[in-house]
Amino acid sequence: MGKKILLEHIDVPGIDTYDVYRKQGGYTAVEKALKTMTPDSVVEEVKKAGVRGRGGAGFPMGMKWSFLAKPEGVPRYLVCNADESEPGTFKDHYLMKHIPHLLIEGMIVSSFALGANKSFIYVRGELMYVIRILEKAIAEAKAAGFLGKNIMGSGYDLELVVQPGGGAYICGEETALLESLEGKRGNPRNKPPFPAVKGLYQSPTVVNNVESISTTPWIINNGGDAYAAIGIGRSTGTKLISASGHINKPGVYEIELGVSVEDFIYADEWCGGIRPGHKLKAVVAGGSSVPILPANLILNLANGDKRLMSYESLSDGGFATGTMLGSGGFIVMDETACVVRNTWNFSRFYHHESCGQCSPCREGTGWMEKVLHRIEHGHGSLHDIDLLVDVAKKIEGNTICPLGDAAAWPVGSAIRHFRDEFEWHINHPVEATQPGAVYRGEMALV
Amino acid sequence: MTTETNAKIEFTPERQVLAKEIIARYPEGKQKSALLPLLHLAQEQWGWTSPEVMDYVAGLLGIEPIEVYEVATFYTMFHLDPVGKHVIEYCRTGPCCLMGGEDVYAHLKQKLGIEAGQTTSDGKFTLKEVECLAACGMGPVFQIREQYYMHLTNQRVDEIIEELSK
Ligand SMILES: Cc1cc2nc3c(=O)[nH]c(=O)nc-3n(C[C@H](O)[C@H](O)[C@H](O)COP(=O)(O)O)c2cc1C
Ligand code: SF4
Ligand code: FES
Repeated sequence: MGKKILLEHIDVPGIDTYDVYRKQGGYTAVEKALKTMTPDSVVEEVKKAGVRGRGGAGFPMGMKWSFLAKPEGVPRYLVCNADESEPGTFKDHYLMKHIPHLLIEGMIVSSFALGANKSFIYVRGELMYVIRILEKAIAEAKAAGFLGKNIMGSGYDLELVVQPGGGAYICGEETALLESLEGKRGNPRNKPPFPAVKGLYQSPTVVNNVESISTTPWIINNGGDAYAAIGIGRSTGTKLISASGHINKPGVYEIELGVSVEDFIYADEWCGGIRPGHKLKAVVAGGSSVPILPANLILNLANGDKRLMSYESLSDGGFATGTMLGSGGFIVMDETACVVRNTWNFSRFYHHESCGQCSPCREGTGWMEKVLHRIEHGHGSLHDIDLLVDVAKKIEGNTICPLGDAAAWPVGSAIRHFRDEFEWHINHPVEATQPGAVYRGEMALV
Repeated sequence: MTTETNAKIEFTPERQVLAKEIIARYPEGKQKSALLPLLHLAQEQWGWTSPEVMDYVAGLLGIEPIEVYEVATFYTMFHLDPVGKHVIEYCRTGPCCLMGGEDVYAHLKQKLGIEAGQTTSDGKFTLKEVECLAACGMGPVFQIREQYYMHLTNQRVDEIIEELSK
């Protein structure tokens, strides 16, 4: 059994209520921080923990906190990113629904550390029922004296506001999120200035993911060093993985960073193996944006060593043979999955979700969708494959926000590792467009 | 249709109280932040966000109607046209499709006799295609108002439609 930090009490009946959460040791981190620590010492513990942002980019949380500008007389804000819209990712949904108080407790500790007196949780609007769960939890925490004015006589005030989004993946990008929170369209901002200097309402702001913030109660209770002792190397602690696709047990799992990919897929504790009678073909390991890898490369590094579930190991080999941990959206495909169809599906997603501000992203995502649609529907030419690679390259690195890259990587990687499959679609259009037709040529299945 | 085009556009008394509370959440001068929450509240009451409803929301916030239109049109959750009694929003994204989503949605469309974006002639159901709903491990998935329906099969779809048709 791996170490559980976030989901330790997930099976306790009633853990979504204040009373049960409190009985399991909930809110002790708030007591400890507000009564015995200074904001700076909280930041120090989070730095020591080495916890990296769980929203996708993996930036060290303590370091981000220490960059927050602190001009006199200007309010500072903490904004929790609960927009969770990256295809394949559903862990924040799970966490907030089942243990809402963990996020609330984390928000209090983190807001205290940053000196924020009003903090926001921006939840994708589709999750309105989760917003109601969070609002109830906030009311309970307030009634218990953990929110509001002069919390536990410490002199520290905090209000929490839950904000609904309106249905737009781009609002997960932190500056688009801030625009949206200000009541505007979700167009990402040019950086600099960074949110740490000019964020919400032009004030210094920290944006962190739900899971990142939810690690702070444990870190405060047990110390940053204890957190850093879990995991492997610079991938400290545990990570929630959203597992979906052709596995026996889809769901949200908390793993200690460093378990092998093979164990994660095949062990009963986690995915429980590929569904009966089928074999592993490919995995998208970190949400739709990260490169897809074929079975042999997701299980093993290029040098033959086992690949591990960690930031470093998943990215080992760069994009030639590696991928990224991303948001931990682990999408598993067996031999019945069509990589071309899935790539087209993802490109349609990015085209649909592009905010349209920069032409390489707006036009490029449209082109990729169109060309992939053509190949998938039996009208492609071999030249289209190079065209796709070319369009993807033109988007990469040429846009205001990383959505452009996120749209390009799935396409580039699918062609890199599954070129035969694209060629088969083009060379055998009649066969390839039969319902449920999938390429069954030379391919290493596991 | 759930619209009452001739009725005066005004929140119910309970929603008026709620709207005031929402507007008061934000720092002084930052009331525009209440726009998305108020649009959701409006859609909850009227089923869609008509131009009149958007004008009303603009009035509550003391902003120009255009500021509301440009926001409402950016976000996919707001219905800019009248919709049926039940709006079924099904996830069309990769992971749900791996779980057989495409077949289930084909069945759903056939059962209702409409395509995505259309409303049944009796005004009961509107179909809308949406992207990933953050429930990929439980796919195929659709949402009706606040409720998620997961692990969908053709049979489950039939049951849900029959239940809602009563
Ligand atoms: C297009 C796009 C979508 C994103 N969606 C999310 C999201 O849904 N949730 C999230 O936490 N971060 C998302 N991010 C990353 C955020 O910009 C930001 O890095 C993150 O919220 C910071 O929190 P963390 O450091 O705790 O991970 C997204 C980024 C991009 C470019
Ligand atoms: S990269 Fe795409 S989504 Fe990001 S700002 Fe540019 S157009 Fe908008
Ligand atoms: S892909 Fe359907 S909920 Fe994520």
